[in-house]
Amino acid sequence: MTETFRLDGTDVPFEAGETILQAALKAGRFIPHLCHHPEFRPHGSCKLCTVKVDGRQAASCTRLATSGMKVESETEELNAERLALTQMLFVEGNHFCPSCEKSGDCQLQATAYHLGMTNAHYDHFFPNRPLDASHPDFLLDFNRCILCSLCVRASRDIDNKNVFGLAGRGMASHLIVNSKSGKLVDTDFSVSDKAAHVCPVGVILRKRQGFFIPIGSRTFDKKTIKEYVDTRLGEED
Amino acid sequence: MDNKLKVATATLAGCFGCHMSFLDIDERFFELVKHVEFDRTPLTDIKVLGECDLGLIEGGLCNSENVEVLRQFRRQCRILVSVGACAINGGLPAQRNPIPLSVILDEIYLGEAGIAHGLIPNDPELPLPLDKVHPLHEVVKIDYFLPGCPPSADAIWTFLTELLAGREPVLGTELLHYD
Ligand code: SF4
Ligand code: SF4
Ligand code: FES
Repeated sequence: MTETFRLDGTDVPFEAGETILQAALKAGRFIPHLCHHPEFRPHGSCKLCTVKVDGRQAASCTRLATSGMKVESETEELNAERLALTQMLFVEGNHFCPSCEKSGDCQLQATAYHLGMTNAHYDHFFPNRPLDASHPDFLLDFNRCILCSLCVRASRDIDNKNVFGLAGRGMASHLIVNSKSGKLVDTDFSVSDKAAHVCPVGVILRKRQGFFIPIGSRTFDKKTIKEYVDTRLGEED
Repeated sequence: MDNKLKVATATLAGCFGCHMSFLDIDERFFELVKHVEFDRTPLTDIKVLGECDLGLIEGGLCNSENVEVLRQFRRQCRILVSVGACAINGGLPAQRNPIPLSVILDEIYLGEAGIAHGLIPNDPELPLPLDKVHPLHEVVKIDYFLPGCPPSADAIWTFLTELLAGREPVLGTELLHYD
């Protein structure tokens, strides 16, 4: 017999070992998330997926589902907190979407649309993070990194290359390239790597492809992040 | 028609793209002017700002004059709206923010040949550039934000008609864009 938990008042079935988010997405129920990807072990860092489990907050991408638990997700309170987290991600980096090659294909942007974000509310940090254009086929624009660690997980766990890493703590956390020079060109990173295709924002960019698909005809110009997650669950990347 | 709403607009550190997009509402403009009367705006060339119901501001703050105009708008307008990326997050002009202003001025006026005869302009008539480009809401209270680079004519039209009808303007996902 399948077990179930309650999500915003309706039952969601789950199998033993599944997280709340996994079970919810499988049942076609959307919970906003950025650092979760169906093919990777959870990281639990962005906190966008925070829900209330029996009245207490928890990250739904790391919390295992248990029978009969009462989960709240689509509440005004939780969505306001998700919006605030998203706004902090925007001010912490440099997210000037009109000049970003990822605009329209970006999950941070699409999540912000989903949450109805019209402004970043907080004061912008305007950090200065130099680009790494050393690699012949890829550009790294660190100004947009949200530290989701998907490239780290992909390169380490799937490509067996360990090209990326997260260094520093707290406000000083940042993405690094694991080579002696710190440059991407001095790694064996290549276009066939899983890590080349998982960045949810505009950091790891394929050179000479940026505007192949014009702005206005991109993923999130046609579907919302909610619909995107639905389709991604069924398809190979 | 005394009960028309008074509307003022201004471009600060922007490119006029938002105003152009506003004009892209095309023949809907005729409908709009049945309900609003324009005060100070680049469209009327009225230079002095009167008391207004609605102020629409394009562009962020890159110099002291921008700040002065913004404060004036805040004093005179009941509802003040940040229109477009530059007003909301600094936009393109703010891409200079990671570089110190002195480095930029040296590079432009002292490094490049043929500009201002190798001097950094300091005529008292010129507004002083700010150290960083700022979004409007970092300086005054902003009531509404209309994102986009520029916001589409449909987004502007929807926003204005909702506001004129006395409703809280909310842009649906098809009109909410940052690019
Ligand atoms: S990464 Fe996403 S949110 Fe950031 S500038 Fe690019 S499109 Fe905008
Ligand atoms: S580069 Fe992209 S995938 Fe890697 S941590 Fe940053 S945002 Fe995540
Ligand atoms: S998706 Fe759960 S913490 Fe990021």
